[in-house]
Amino acid sequence: MDRVRTAPGGVRASARVLARGDGRGGTVLPVLEGDGPLAVRRTRGSGAEARVMLVGAMSGPLGGDHFTVTARAADGARLSVGSAAATLALPGQDKAGARYDVRLGVDEDAELNWLPEQLISADGSDLRVTTSVDVASGARLLLREEQVLGRAGEEPGRLTSRLTVRIDGRCVLDQELACGPGAPGGWDGPAGLAGHRAVGQLVVVRPGFATGPPAARVFEEGAAVLPLAGPAALVTAVAPDALRLRRLLDGALASLD
Amino acid sequence: MTRAALLVLADGRFPAGGHAHSGGAEAAVRAGRITDAASLESFCRGRLHTSGVVAACVAAAAALGVDPGQLDRAADARTPSPALRVAARRLGRQLMRAARATWPSPELDALASRFPKGAHQPVVLGLAARAAGLGPLDAAYCSLYEGVSGPATAVVRLLGLDPFDATGVLARLSDDMDRVAQEAVETGERVVTDGVDVLPARSAPLLEIGAEAHAAWAVRLFAS
Repeated sequence: MDRVRTAPGGVRASARVLARGDGRGGTVLPVLEGDGPLAVRRTRGSGAEARVMLVGAMSGPLGGDHFTVTARAADGARLSVGSAAATLALPGQDKAGARYDVRLGVDEDAELNWLPEQLISADGSDLRVTTSVDVASGARLLLREEQVLGRAGEEPGRLTSRLTVRIDGRCVLDQELACGPGAPGGWDGPAGLAGHRAVGQLVVVRPGFATGPPAARVFEEGAAVLPLAGPAALVTAVAPDALRLRRLLDGALASLD
Repeated sequence: MTRAALLVLADGRFPAGGHAHSGGAEAAVRAGRITDAASLESFCRGRLHTSGVVAACVAAAAALGVDPGQLDRAADARTPSPALRVAARRLGRQLMRAARATWPSPELDALASRFPKGAHQPVVLGLAARAAGLGPLDAAYCSLYEGVSGPATAVVRLLGLDPFDATGVLARLSDDMDRVAQEAVETGERVVTDGVDVLPARSAPLLEIGAEAHAAWAVRLFAS
C-alpha cells in the first residue's frame, strides 16, 4: 500500500503486469501487483495464455484520483487482461478532474488481449483517459475500449479519452474522443455521436495484415472496420447503449476472421 | 504577408477541387442527421472541433516549415478511415497542381516529387501558404473555413437549404474559428520544437463511419 498517496487531490494508485513466455509454451507473470483501489488477480487461463483480472475498479476513479495501469507481454507471452466489472467515473469532492492512464507493450512474438469492461461516465464526473500501446513488429494485439455516457437515464459527465497505437515505433493511430458537458461544441451533433450513448473501439494488430489487410466496410450501420496505415485495423462503433455496442463490436471482430 | 493572397487561396473558386467534396455532409443528410440549418450548424461545429482543428494544426505547422513527411504520417494516424485518407490525398494532389501554377516554389516542387499520389491536403495547404507569402495563422484560417464552408455549400445543393441560412451558419461559427485558428498557430509552434506528437487527435466517430458508408454507395453527388 506504500504507493497509495491520498494527496489533497485524491488517490494515486497503480497496477503493473509483466508476462513472459516460460520457454515451454506457457506464460508466467513475474510482475503482478496493484495497490489501493487497483488490484490484479491471476485467473485460470487456457492453454499457453495467462489471464489477469483487474478487480475493484468500481470504486473510482473519483475527481482528483490518478490511476495508472501498465501491462507488458514479453518473450512469447500470451496475456489476456480483463476487468471484474465496469469502471465508473464519479464526481469527487475535489473539483479537479481524475486521470486514468494505461500503458501497454507487446514484444515481438507476444500477444496481448486487453479486454476490460465498459467505462461509464457518470453525471458530474470529469475524467481524462489516455491509453498508449507500443507494439513490436510481429506481435499481436486485440484491444477493446467502450465508453458509456451516463448510467441509465442519466446525463454523462465530462470524458476525454485518447488512444495512441505505435507499431515498431511508428504511430498508426492517434485519436481522441471528447464528450459531455464542457466538451468542444458539436460533440453530440450529426458529426459526433448524434445522441448515441455508447461508443467503442477495437484495435486489432496482426502481422498478416501487412500483406492482407481487412477490407474497409460498414458493419450494421453503427460500426466500421477501418484498415489503418500499418498492419492494424480499427473498428469504431456507436450504439444507443452498452449492450448493443458490445454486440456490434463482437460481430465486427468475428467478421475479421 | 499579403492579404490579397489570402483571399486568392481561401476563395471557394480557387481551382483545387474542393467543390466536389461535402466533408461528410452528404452521408449525414442521407442518414437523416442533417435536416435543416440548426443540424447543419451542429454538424459543422462538431467537424470544426475535431477533424477541423487537427487539419488546421497540421496546416499551421506545415506553414511554419515542419517536415511535410512527418506531418503527413501524423495526419494518416489521425485519419483512421481509408476513404477519408484517400479523399485527403486526392484533395492534396489537386491543391498541389493549383498552388504550383499560382505560386511556383521549390518547396512545393519537392513535396510534389516526394508524394506523387498526393500528400494530405492540410500539409499541401500549409506549404501553399508559405509559397504565397502567407503565415501559419492564414493557413489555419483557410483550413478551418474550407472545412465548414464545404459542408454548408453541399447542404444547399443536397437539401435545397436557403443559401442565406447556410451563410448564416458560417457567420455563427466565426468566433469558434477565431479561437481555433489561434490555438492552431500555438500548436504549430509547439510542433516545431516538440515534434508532431503534440498535434491534437480529436475525432468524430460518425464522420469516420459515415465516410465508409458513403464510399460504398453506387451513386453519389459528392466524392466524399
